[in-house]
Amino acid sequence: MQDFIQHLINGISLGSIYALIALGYTMVFGILQLINFAHSDVYMIGAFAAYYAARTLGIDKNPGVSTLVILLIAAMAACSLLGFTIERLAYRPLRKAPKLNILITAIGVSLFLQYSGQVVFGADPKVFPAVLEDSVLFTLLGVEFKSLDLAVLFVTLVMMVLLHLLIYHTKLGRAMRAVSTNMNVAAMMGVNTDRIISFTFVVGSALAGVGSVLVGMKYPKIDPLMGMMIGLKAFVAAVLGGIGNIAGAVLGALIMGLSEEMVVGYLSSTYRDALAFGILIVILIFRPAGLLGKGGVEKV
Amino acid sequence: MKKPLLALIGLIFVGFLIDLSFDAFIQLTLIYVLINMILAMSLNLVSGFTGQFSLGHAGFMAAGAYASAFLSTIFPMNPGPMQFVYFLFYAIAGGAVAGLAGYLVGLPTLRLRGDYLAIVTLGFGEIIRVILLNTKTVGGARGMYGITGPTDFTLGSWTISKFLIGYAHAIFWVVACFVVIWRIIRSHHGRAFLSVREDEIAAEAMGIHTTQTKVRAFVLSSFFAGVAGSIFAHYANYLNPASFSFNRSVDAVIMVVLGGMGSLSGSLMAATIITILPEALRPLQEITGVDLRMVIYSLALILLMILRPKGLMGTKEVNEFWRKYVRKTS
Repeated sequence: MQDFIQHLINGISLGSIYALIALGYTMVFGILQLINFAHSDVYMIGAFAAYYAARTLGIDKNPGVSTLVILLIAAMAACSLLGFTIERLAYRPLRKAPKLNILITAIGVSLFLQYSGQVVFGADPKVFPAVLEDSVLFTLLGVEFKSLDLAVLFVTLVMMVLLHLLIYHTKLGRAMRAVSTNMNVAAMMGVNTDRIISFTFVVGSALAGVGSVLVGMKYPKIDPLMGMMIGLKAFVAAVLGGIGNIAGAVLGALIMGLSEEMVVGYLSSTYRDALAFGILIVILIFRPAGLLGKGGVEKV
Repeated sequence: MKKPLLALIGLIFVGFLIDLSFDAFIQLTLIYVLINMILAMSLNLVSGFTGQFSLGHAGFMAAGAYASAFLSTIFPMNPGPMQFVYFLFYAIAGGAVAGLAGYLVGLPTLRLRGDYLAIVTLGFGEIIRVILLNTKTVGGARGMYGITGPTDFTLGSWTISKFLIGYAHAIFWVVACFVVIWRIIRSHHGRAFLSVREDEIAAEAMGIHTTQTKVRAFVLSSFFAGVAGSIFAHYANYLNPASFSFNRSVDAVIMVVLGGMGSLSGSLMAATIITILPEALRPLQEITGVDLRMVIYSLALILLMILRPKGLMGTKEVNEFWRKYVRKTS
């Protein structure tokens, strides 16, 4: 029982990291109907930005809450800038192009970031600076509550609340929802759609930056190809919850995190990566719209 | 296009000349060009003509390569004039296995569209690779060594080199792949492929079973990918799951996109360019000391999509340009 609860906590902590990344996929998909393959590499760049920020500021051996906040800000800034640039240079010229072309461009951007990352940062893994000390904060009924897990949960929760406020309680958020419902009508109502799309990329990328610092904190090894697997899993989480649906992304990510942790805990860790594809295939066959998504009939 | 047999004989004769005049490195590159041509043309059938975006082509190539290599350990090749027949047999078997894999993968997934299909085929490509990685009978992660390849043999006073055998086999399949796809696109099955690409809903309204059509294209494409894998296996004599990673699928996609989605001659050109370019860029790598090739590739892919989204040829073939040019000048 204690084991089970321990796995539960780990799973939720892992799932909330997936959720941060999945949100970026789902928000961009909601607006542009595009799988932003480059998102996982934006996340990778975020981790490296935090790594270099920590080294230049000399706080890489100085764990504490202030370090966490500084690194979060650094990663978020780098990622939003990158997300903005990618949208501006690669996706915007193709706004009217067939979807396949945009998808291929997205793959191109992803490859470009990966390989430039290998050239610039070097292909060998680097050790992420210690962000927080991993200690057991308190023990409840034999279950250890560790500072890292709680920090991950706390940061994710704060980000979710901020995102919720942004989307449902500000003018910008209303514009985002309007553009994702119908871009043309939103434009007719005076919404600057290009600006809203840029903003969506910035927000999604910033969340990926948060995710990258949290992952770096929990699994302190970063390399230029680190985004591939986690990006794929986050994407599966977004599809599982119903892509384009923000609550769905969080739900899907939690399910992914929990089931992955349970598989590792009770079966074998070699099945870990196969699980994501397994879930994806089952979902797409039986419920292509995802758990919370609404299946629509395509109209001519 | 009227006389494929004549073209084949002509190309084999070209092989004779290459055999006599170039060194082994260029010959090896040439074989890789031919393999990539088959790969690009087969992917073009799915992506270019049927409009279904697949990111798992390397998986089917791997299936064909391993099946063919495994078969050659059960039915060992007989070195001599008959070896060409053996290679044909291996290639067909490898293609059949890959086609079967394509059928199994395609049936559930081809109901999906666009982006979803891309991600699921990516997943399946990776799954095939992971399965091979964990199968001990084919070497697992160490790879498979000592796969029988073409050997030299003498016919009277005449020595036929192993390159020529390999070349003849590869060029046979290039011509076969080209002719089969060319003819199919101009048959009523091919029209169904094209209609699915142009407008799936309209195609369905006209009574085309879209899923079945897509599965057909997918199976045929996987077959030829498997054949390409088989040629690769027997010429390289060594297989490793790592050589069928996601990057090889992306390579194939880049070839199709660069050549033009829906242009076979474009695929041939793009396969040649993409295979030779890394070799040509090798000096650059020596100067800068870092591997910039993939950076250049990916940048080229993005720029291509923005500046010339149709690729080199669009949906046209070489002879259409030719005709246009002749008509203008005459």
